[in-house]
Amino acid sequence: MENRVLEWNYEIEGRDFRNAGKISSKVKEILKELGFDPPFVRRVAIASYEAEMNIVCHAEKGMLHFTVSPGELRIVVRDKGPGIPDIELAMQEGYSTAPPEIREMGFGAGMGLPNIKKNVTILNIVSTVGEGTVVEMIITTPFQ
Amino acid sequence: MQLGEVQGILEAKILWEPFDLHLEIEMVEAADLMSDVLDHSRGGELLITGLVNSQVIWTAEMADLKAIVFVRGKRPDGETIALAKTKGIPLLATKLFMYEACARLWMRGLTGSSGTIG
Repeated sequence: MENRVLEWNYEIEGRDFRNAGKISSKVKEILKELGFDPPFVRRVAIASYEAEMNIVCHAEKGMLHFTVSPGELRIVVRDKGPGIPDIELAMQEGYSTAPPEIREMGFGAGMGLPNIKKNVTILNIVSTVGEGTVVEMIITTPFQ
Repeated sequence: MQLGEVQGILEAKILWEPFDLHLEIEMVEAADLMSDVLDHSRGGELLITGLVNSQVIWTAEMADLKAIVFVRGKRPDGETIALAKTKGIPLLATKLFMYEACARLWMRGLTGSSGTIG
């Protein structure tokens, strides 16, 4: 791949369940077009989708910033929302604060952040209660 | 096993056309929790689910699932079916319950994605 950084920015609407997945679908399309292997693309798409769902489920709105540079991908998801009071607790599989309507969507079982962690190289979360959360995912890219 | 054979075994209806009924199905995953699908699937499975909202379609796209069967007589709305069509994800619907749908396919030789049966 060329030796330069490519970047994209997308807005994500909170509570827009119908379109929750649209941005990660774009991320997936970009990676496919850049020629990454399908299993790698799948892994990144799953992490991005869980992060996108978190915004749709819990926040008012958010942004997804996606960069592709030599050796790594970086997806930073920033939201305006309630924030996470205890990040360590939120990282535990099965811990959830999601209301019933989100569980009815097939999510909200406390697997989002653990699922993200399994699919990325580095996961950083910074959150301020009452303001919002920033989730940074760094994924080392395979040789092209 | 081809998708057309799955359709026959499950006495299922096709929800949009045309899609390839010769599509080869090798593995099945059954779940109503989409996070479980994202966590446990390997890619390439047929998904059996009782959930009928658009998240099933988005999940199938992200996880590279081949096709979806809705059980218990449930049907997604027109917008969800249209989304699947855009993504090229075949949709079938059966009146069978999830367990029965899984059992019928397993008896005919389809395995699960964890590889513990089959």
